[in-house]
Parts: sequence; C-alpha cells; structure tokens
Amino acid sequence: MNVIDVHGLVKRFGDKTVVDDVTMTVAEGEIVGFLGPNGSGKTTTIRIMCGLLTPDEGEGTVLGFNIRTDSLRIKREVGYMTQKFSFYEDLTIAENLEFVARLYELKPVGEHVARTLEDLGLTSRRDQLAGTLSGGWKQRLALAACIMHKPKLLLLDEPTAGVDPKARREFWDEIHRLASGGLTVLVSTHYMDEAERCHRISYISYGKMLATGTVDEVVKNAGLTTFVLQGPKLDQVATALQGRPGVDQVAPFGATLHVVGSDRKELQAALADVEKEHKGVTVSPGKTSLEDVFIQFMSGSKDNMAKDKKP
Amino acid sequence: MNAVFSFARLGALLIKEFIQMRRDRITFAMMLGVPLMQLVLFGFAINSDPKSLPAALVAMSSDPYTRAMVSALQTTGYYRFDHVAQSAEEAEFLMARGDVAFVVTIPADFARRVERGDSPQILIEADATDPAVASGAISTLGTVANQALLRAQGMQETAAEAARGQLEVVVHRRYNPEGISQYNIVPGLLGVILQMTMVMMTAMALTRETERGTMENLLAMPSSPVEIMLGKVLPFLVVGAVQVVVVLVAAKLLFGIPFVGSLTLLLSAVLVFVLSLVLLGYTISTMARSQMQAMQLTFFFFLPSLLLSGFMFPYRGMPGWAQVLGEIFPLTHFLRITRAVMLKGADFNAIGAEVGWLLVFVVVFAGTALLRFRRTLD
Repeated sequence: MNVIDVHGLVKRFGDKTVVDDVTMTVAEGEIVGFLGPNGSGKTTTIRIMCGLLTPDEGEGTVLGFNIRTDSLRIKREVGYMTQKFSFYEDLTIAENLEFVARLYELKPVGEHVARTLEDLGLTSRRDQLAGTLSGGWKQRLALAACIMHKPKLLLLDEPTAGVDPKARREFWDEIHRLASGGLTVLVSTHYMDEAERCHRISYISYGKMLATGTVDEVVKNAGLTTFVLQGPKLDQVATALQGRPGVDQVAPFGATLHVVGSDRKELQAALADVEKEHKGVTVSPGKTSLEDVFIQFMSGSKDNMAKDKKP
Repeated sequence: MNAVFSFARLGALLIKEFIQMRRDRITFAMMLGVPLMQLVLFGFAINSDPKSLPAALVAMSSDPYTRAMVSALQTTGYYRFDHVAQSAEEAEFLMARGDVAFVVTIPADFARRVERGDSPQILIEADATDPAVASGAISTLGTVANQALLRAQGMQETAAEAARGQLEVVVHRRYNPEGISQYNIVPGLLGVILQMTMVMMTAMALTRETERGTMENLLAMPSSPVEIMLGKVLPFLVVGAVQVVVVLVAAKLLFGIPFVGSLTLLLSAVLVFVLSLVLLGYTISTMARSQMQAMQLTFFFFLPSLLLSGFMFPYRGMPGWAQVLGEIFPLTHFLRITRAVMLKGADFNAIGAEVGWLLVFVVVFAGTALLRFRRTLD
C-alpha cells in the first residue's frame, strides 16, 4: 500500500490555479523530494495532503485515509513541519514540546519530552525561549516536535531554508535514520544536493507535475545533451552561443562552459560553428546534471501566475 | 480517542496560554492595573450631579432681602458666587466666556416689591449648553427662593398656616437618598472595565496565532474547535474573576458603595457576563484577519455599548428604537443586574430575566464562533 496516493488534485485560489492536476504516489519507507521553483504549488500540495486545505478537485488517500473525509485521522498520524517556524517563540523548547505532547495525548508527557530532547541533542537548551534560537536550532525543535508522536509519514516543507550546511547535513542524516526505521518522508526543497539525497524526486512547476522518478531517471527522461567547452575567452564564446538554434542553456562553471540543449544535432551544429570561429576552444561531451534539467523545466513552463496576455 | 473534546488537549492549550500570559508582562500588568486605575480615576472624576458651580451675581442693592436670597442660593451647594458683576453686560460676557455657569440678577427694586407685596422677581440665567450641568441647580430653585424670602420677612408661620390643606407632594429618593453619583457610576464601571479588557484581549486570540504563523501548526495538530475556543477564553475568565474581586473590594473600601444584595448572586451574574464577553471577543477574532482588524471591530462594538447601555446616559431617556438596540449589548443587562443587586438588594427573581439574556448571549456567541472557526487554511 502506498503511504501517499493522490490523483488529479486541483486547488484554485480565486482565478489562479495553484495546484493543477497533481498525481503522486509515495511508497512506505521512501524519501521523496518535492522540487519546484517558488510559488509552484509545493506548499499547497503538502497542505492538501495533511488536511489543512481541501482540494477543489481530485481524490486520494494518505496513510489509507481519505484526504477529504478523514483529515482528522490524517492529522493524528502525520508529522507536518511548516515552512515558516510555527512554534511558540515565547515558550521554551521544553514547554513547546510539552504542549505538543499533551495535544497528541502522549503519556507520560515528561518522559516523551525528555526522550525527544535527548534524541535531538536539545537537552542542554531545554529552558531556552524558542524565539531566541538560531535558524538551525529552530529547525531542530520543529523536527523534534513533529516526530515526537511517532508519525508514519513526515511532510517537511522546505525544512532547511536558511540553515547552514553542517546543520543541513545533520538534518538529512536524521531524516535517513528515521526513514530506515520505516518512516515515509515527503520533503520539499530548492537544493539540488538535497534532491540527490532522496530516493525519488517529483518536480512541480506552476502547479503541474512535470517529472517524477529517481534522479537518474529524471535526468535521462529529460533528454538533454550537455557539452563542456574549454579554452580562452569563454565569455565571448558564451555571448556567441546565446540564442543560436539548439542552444538552450549556457552556463559558466569555473574555467569551463556548460552548454545544454534538447536537440543533439542542432546543438552539435552550433558548437561546430563556434569551434571554427574561436580558435583554441575545445568541445567535449559532458554529463547533464539535475540542475540543468530543472532550469530547462523552469524556462519551458508557462507562468500561470502572470496575467494572460491578449494576443 | 475522542475527536471533539479531550481534557488532556484542553489542558495543553490552557497551560500554553497561561505561560504566554505570564511571559507577556506588560499585558499582564495592564489586565490587573488598568481596572484599578480606571476605577479610581473615573470613580472620583465622574459626577452626574455637579455642585459648587461658578456663578456671577448682579445685585443692584445690598438690602437684607437680597443678602438673604444670595446666602440661600449658596447653601444649596450648587452656586459658588465667585464673580460679582457690575452690569448685565459684564455678566453676559462672563457667561459667554464660560467663566461662570450662572448669572443671578437681583433687580434694584427687589426689596421694595417684597415689602409692597408686589410679586418680586429675580433672574437666574444658566449656561444650558450642557443640560446636565444646569438641571440640578435649577430644580432646587423654586422652593429655596421662596423659603428664603419668607424667612427674611419673618413670615414662616403665616406661610405654614396658609399651606395647610394644600396638596403636599412627598418625594423619596430611594436606594441613593443623597444622590451620590458614585453609587451609580462605580457598579457601572465594573461592567465597563470588564468589557474593555475581556473583549479586547480575546479578540486578539486567534488573529495573534495567525499573525505569528502558529495557527498553521495548531490546525495541523489534533486540536478541535471547541478545545481551541475554550483554551482561549477560559484563561481570560480567570483574569476577569481577579478583576471583579479587585474592583469590588475597591468599590467597598474606596467609595463606600453600599452592598445590599447577595454577593453570591452578584458573582454568579458577573461570571455569566464575563463568559459572554470573552466569547464575544473570541467571535470577533474568528472574523478578523489581523490584530488591527480585531481592534477596530472591538471599538466598533465598544462605543455604542458604552453610550446605549445606560452607563453614560439614562437608558429610559432614549427613544424606543434605541432602547431596543441597547438590549443587544451584554453591558446593558449587566448594569441592571449590578445596580439592582448592589444598591437595591434585588434577589434572583428580580434579575432572573437579565441573567437569562446574558445566557442567551453566551450561547449565541459560542455558537457563532464555532460556526465561523475555520478548521482549514482555505
């Protein structure tokens, strides 16, 4: 049985369709990365799944419970970490956890809180006001609070935004540890390195699900070709390449230039021209990265938030 | 596990609210300090029967009759002759400028007319721009002036003789024979102070959660609308109870307000009143989108309830439609209850209907709030 099994989800705010026909399945124990640019509908989709929003169209189950009729059961079994820190800043860490423990009716409260504090290394800060914590510690507290009741599914909405690399690394280690214990995780993120730590990824843009699969599958299915250019005066080469047929992306990486295109033949023809025009430039085949794929997706999808232009 | 109500979850919310209340020192101090300050300030300041008002005397002669008249007016306590005008024009100017509230003119032929038995006249001009100021001073005049004149003529016995067989009107000023404003104001202030703090504090309840972003989390966790509502209003019920004790003790000690009726009855009625207020505030907070809006809605409600409830102006003096409108404010009913119980010693039979009204408010507000509460972020 899939932990998340939703299909055809549609959510509109006014005349804006924020989530447009989203279908998603997540199996037990999987860590699925939910990717997409800002305002692409990630948060809305997650909120629908945890019962905070009712979809305008579409059906589905989360943990076997209907998302329309059983949202209360879902709330009890799911751990949801909001994008913005949403615990009480005027309560201490321990008080926040006690509050959550009591709300989930975990007994005895003290024991649950003490163990959670211990597990996440928060014991020494238990009496610190949550409002005075730095980003990384706030994130730890939020994670601690949403896994305390031992949910079967974790929904994390950009959990590592504004968190330093070390804290991010520790956070992901923790996520993998939890997943190995059978927990299913759906995590939205902007970071490519985080996407690569997921078992599977789903890419959503302007409300539409554009790709789903493992990182390799997504890269492969995108059908992009990448070449790496080396040589002198690459900035001029880059300018020369812009806008040529077959060239979709030109991006400098250190001393090299990555050129990406969806039509291999056209791209090769363009590069052959440039090689002739600029002496000393060498072209070699490169590996298409997840980032290349996402940028391709982003430039290719229509912005449904912008006002439709009259023809 | 019960989805609608659990004491454990309500407990979680209550503990959280009390901790937050304790941490927010200024608000906490305000909740206890402001009632006391307002009670002392308004209790001493507001006077609906003003005395010792500045008056100007225009006296053309200083015969015994004139003097008798002036001293009689002074002994009523309403007039304080601190201006002596030489002419009618000067007196006119004093009143126009607002230096005096009254101008008393005793004409030069006053004494002659008294002695001749002609009907003597004195003229009292009152600044009636604020009717309340003038009314008390004027109402006492007729009898006072006559008696003073009779006394000056040494004709009291003759007058008493003449009055025999005439109609005598007996007036009893009951419950407050001395006409002390504070007896009326202080019990009313209890209601006003409670209304102010209770409604405003609870009106912020949900909007604050929304603005701080904690609402999303609260909704994502298993807490039911009833629990959230009770979790928000019950702490303020406790605060309200403390305020009631503070105000009542101060009323007794500071103002010596008589306490004729049953304390238990009063406190039970106050409890219902406070409950209706916190639920009203909570209802406002389910409607407002921001704390600012909640404030605005509170004030929108506050002013009419203050003016139409009978706290500031006599309820019976309002036109019928305004009285009907006044009925929709809990304060109106509460004022009747406190005044009746504290000053008149009313029992439950006398105020049962008013308490019933308050209970209706409780049910209506709670119902509206629960219906309005959005369980999702839609």
